[in-house]
Amino acid sequence: MTDQGIGASVKRKEDLRFITGKGQYVDDINRHGQAYAVFARSPVAHATINSIDVSEALASPGVLGVYTGADLAADKIGGLICGWMIHSKDGSPMKAGAHPALAQGKVRYVGDHVAVVIAETLDQAKDAVGLIQVDYGELPAVVDVATAQAAGKAQIHDEAPNNTVYQWHLGDKDAVDVAFSKAAHVTKLGIVNNRLVPNAMEPRAAIGDYDAGQDQFTLYTTSQNPHVARLVLSAFIGIAPENKLRVIAPDVGGGFGSKIFIYAEETVCIWAAKKVGRPVKWVAERTEAFLADAHGRDHVTTAELALDASGKILALRASTKANLGAYLSTFASSVPTYLYAPLLSGQYDIPAIYCEVDGVYTTTTPVDAYRGAGRPEATYVVERLIEVAARETGRDPAEFRRQNFIKAFPHQTPVIMAYDAGDYAACLDKALAMADYKGLAARKAASAKAGKLRGLGFSAYIEACGIAPSRAVGSLGAGVGLWESAEIRVNPVGTIEVLTGSHSHGQGHETTFAQVIASKLGVPIEQVSIVHGDTDKVQMGMGTYGSRSGAVGASAIVKASEKIIAKGKRVAAACMELPEDGVDFENGEFLGRGTNKKMTFGEVALQAYVAHKFDPEVIEPGLKEGSFYDPKNFTFPSGVHIAEIEIDPETGHTTIDRWTAVDDFGILINPMIVEGQVHGGIAQGVGQALLEHTVYDENGQLLTGSFMDYAMPRADDLPSYKVAMSSTPCPSNPLGVKGCGEAGAIAAPAALMNAITDALGHENIAMPATPQAVWRAAQATTRKQAAE
Amino acid sequence: MIKLSLTVNGRRVAADIDPRTLLVDFLRNNQRLTGTHVGCDTSQCGACTVHLDGRSVKACAVLAASCEGAEVVTIEGLSNGTTLHPMQEAFREHHALQCGFCTPGMIMAAVDIVNRNGSSLDEAIIRQELEGNLCRCTGYHNIVRAIETGAAAMAGAKIAAE
Repeated sequence: MTDQGIGASVKRKEDLRFITGKGQYVDDINRHGQAYAVFARSPVAHATINSIDVSEALASPGVLGVYTGADLAADKIGGLICGWMIHSKDGSPMKAGAHPALAQGKVRYVGDHVAVVIAETLDQAKDAVGLIQVDYGELPAVVDVATAQAAGKAQIHDEAPNNTVYQWHLGDKDAVDVAFSKAAHVTKLGIVNNRLVPNAMEPRAAIGDYDAGQDQFTLYTTSQNPHVARLVLSAFIGIAPENKLRVIAPDVGGGFGSKIFIYAEETVCIWAAKKVGRPVKWVAERTEAFLADAHGRDHVTTAELALDASGKILALRASTKANLGAYLSTFASSVPTYLYAPLLSGQYDIPAIYCEVDGVYTTTTPVDAYRGAGRPEATYVVERLIEVAARETGRDPAEFRRQNFIKAFPHQTPVIMAYDAGDYAACLDKALAMADYKGLAARKAASAKAGKLRGLGFSAYIEACGIAPSRAVGSLGAGVGLWESAEIRVNPVGTIEVLTGSHSHGQGHETTFAQVIASKLGVPIEQVSIVHGDTDKVQMGMGTYGSRSGAVGASAIVKASEKIIAKGKRVAAACMELPEDGVDFENGEFLGRGTNKKMTFGEVALQAYVAHKFDPEVIEPGLKEGSFYDPKNFTFPSGVHIAEIEIDPETGHTTIDRWTAVDDFGILINPMIVEGQVHGGIAQGVGQALLEHTVYDENGQLLTGSFMDYAMPRADDLPSYKVAMSSTPCPSNPLGVKGCGEAGAIAAPAALMNAITDALGHENIAMPATPQAVWRAAQATTRKQAAE
Repeated sequence: MIKLSLTVNGRRVAADIDPRTLLVDFLRNNQRLTGTHVGCDTSQCGACTVHLDGRSVKACAVLAASCEGAEVVTIEGLSNGTTLHPMQEAFREHHALQCGFCTPGMIMAAVDIVNRNGSSLDEAIIRQELEGNLCRCTGYHNIVRAIETGAAAMAGAKIAAE
């Protein structure tokens, strides 16, 4: 099985349907008699709703219903929730305003949901939405996170004075202050982490369906975690009890975090299906995705690093204002707190760290997890500080990092995390060799001769993945446990269905999870089916985000496999008339210890169901086992990325000359898929650093609301990447895996901005480093050089 | 409503359509060919790329009514029965897809790139030619490899056919 098992780059089982156009995304599903929903969205950023007149829309041809927040309230449909409680440094709980699925009395961002029209056809619904009359009493917008808390700013939620959701902190402030007072050198940077729009290529979509005969709701939705959606829609929003609500997330076209959350649209569609007695379909247009999908990042930070005279890091402190948007999205509160500050130790032995974070409301689209979620923001702070500190003190940035690397494991940082394994110098050494760091000076000289500016930047990132030990996150405020479930159903002929609570939306679980089974049970992957994304099939699960599906989801499969083997041994022992503990399992065969008796996996499966050869009082028939696996620690993927770029000072254009990535993801299940994840992550990180920028004007209008205005990375913006691995197995899960989905997006922005600032001779320019921004900086550099 | 007749994936089809129907909606809703996807409203993403009379077009930017008598090939019509087109094979071989949503448009665009530029494509040409197709998953690295391989395989298949 080694050619198919753990470690083999087998081709993906799911690809055939995608390359032949046979994928089944939500918009490809049509229910008999379905109607179409279109949302009336706020055209203004902040306003009271004085009145809504839907009479003309209701009378419009084909319209089946027009509903507002009052209708949801009348049916006692609850608001959307935020599932992570954060306490401020004074001990008070976060101050969250209500988040109704359809606005009640007020709108708080452009795109906020005001009403919904359900009509026979999509065109009729669109026509009718334009007939809804809303009288808005406009209020001032609050857009800039840096000033949103100032006195005199408009109050967005009455519950949150000064637009402040929480003022949170982590670390030992006094110890940090003492360390800074003794520092030989302090590096200080103002850092903006620009707001991004996730833009999975498949827009969000939902079909609500209600079967009156069964009193049964079915929601088809573009979700990364259908069971969490069911839990929230049932237990908190009150659509229906869980046994009457089925959530199906079929093929989902990318998520990157944006499809974790439970949004207004699917809530309204499933509710309205019963209301109008018809299936209700909604598919986001791209501009709706820009307006209403939770955005990512948007931090404004001041950060400082203290060094002693030898270059040893003494302390780090950071103060961040995190833009949470107009409402708290499902996990918004956790992203700039527990997914951010605990990563501020990076790969470094830093004795003292202190971070304070203000979570701030603005009249903008809600902000929540986007690929990396807090960890890219932390890495960007740490790696920009490290790079600038090295330059300011005249140290080689690679050697300065090496000097301060954590070298012994386990390592307890001063900010919660206990790193379990890693070899940071090994990644660095490999990356330096692959990037030909020694040849950099010559390449810089050659570029200069050609009138170009060349720069190189490092990013030695850490992330906390395998989210997460339930008790640990519970103690930090999480409202849910973050285990994962697996059920292995062995059929009488020895083929297998694995039901998993993880959800694949590009990650290739149908292949990698089958590889795990191939390794553990010796069954070829062709005989293994992975079932996911349907709450009627999979009992419960927590879904896919935070690079958790390998470390947590596949670990659950390993645990269930072990139970299958244990049961199989008992069946085999009975069939071979051996003592119950006299059977071993190797390479897909049950072997009688000390005898030449053996049975194949398929033979044992058949006997388990035939049930002729064992006592049912002792062994139950059948072969099906399940596991709920709760990890004992986070995992800590790490690595070194090196970006080398060349700038044309005449145009400001940045060309990525080479990209080197050496990552430590522990054991790899499918290296081909892992490398693909790295490629995609880097592309999103490069997008953030060079291209992508979410711009609101002072009135809170989103100026970058389409692919015409928001620069997505295209093929000719990006290089081919040199990707390699340097692995230390993770000791915290049975597979030794760490997770790879977010690494590229975490590492890339710092590497690129370190390279650009190296080329420009500036310590700080803001992302995205567009040609205009780079050109301006390059002109300043050129003038400075001329003056010297 | 107006009458439309055209050839889709080698099959003659006729329908009464609203004059404002876009080709992509005709394919998806009328013909139930849901392999052609819609990823944006501004003809930027290329997920809806199909071949119209032998050239790639973005089906979201074509009125179905303008396709009277035309020959349309979608991702569903690219393979020869169960034998995949060399470009489809190349995408699978090189792990050039993750979520699969952009993939039909990518493959249709890739075939057109080879048809227009010949099979000896270098990386720069491929990247430039892909400017009309967005992928958020792969970072394009493996898509470029797949198109290099698919182009060579298409040339090989052509020689074999001759």
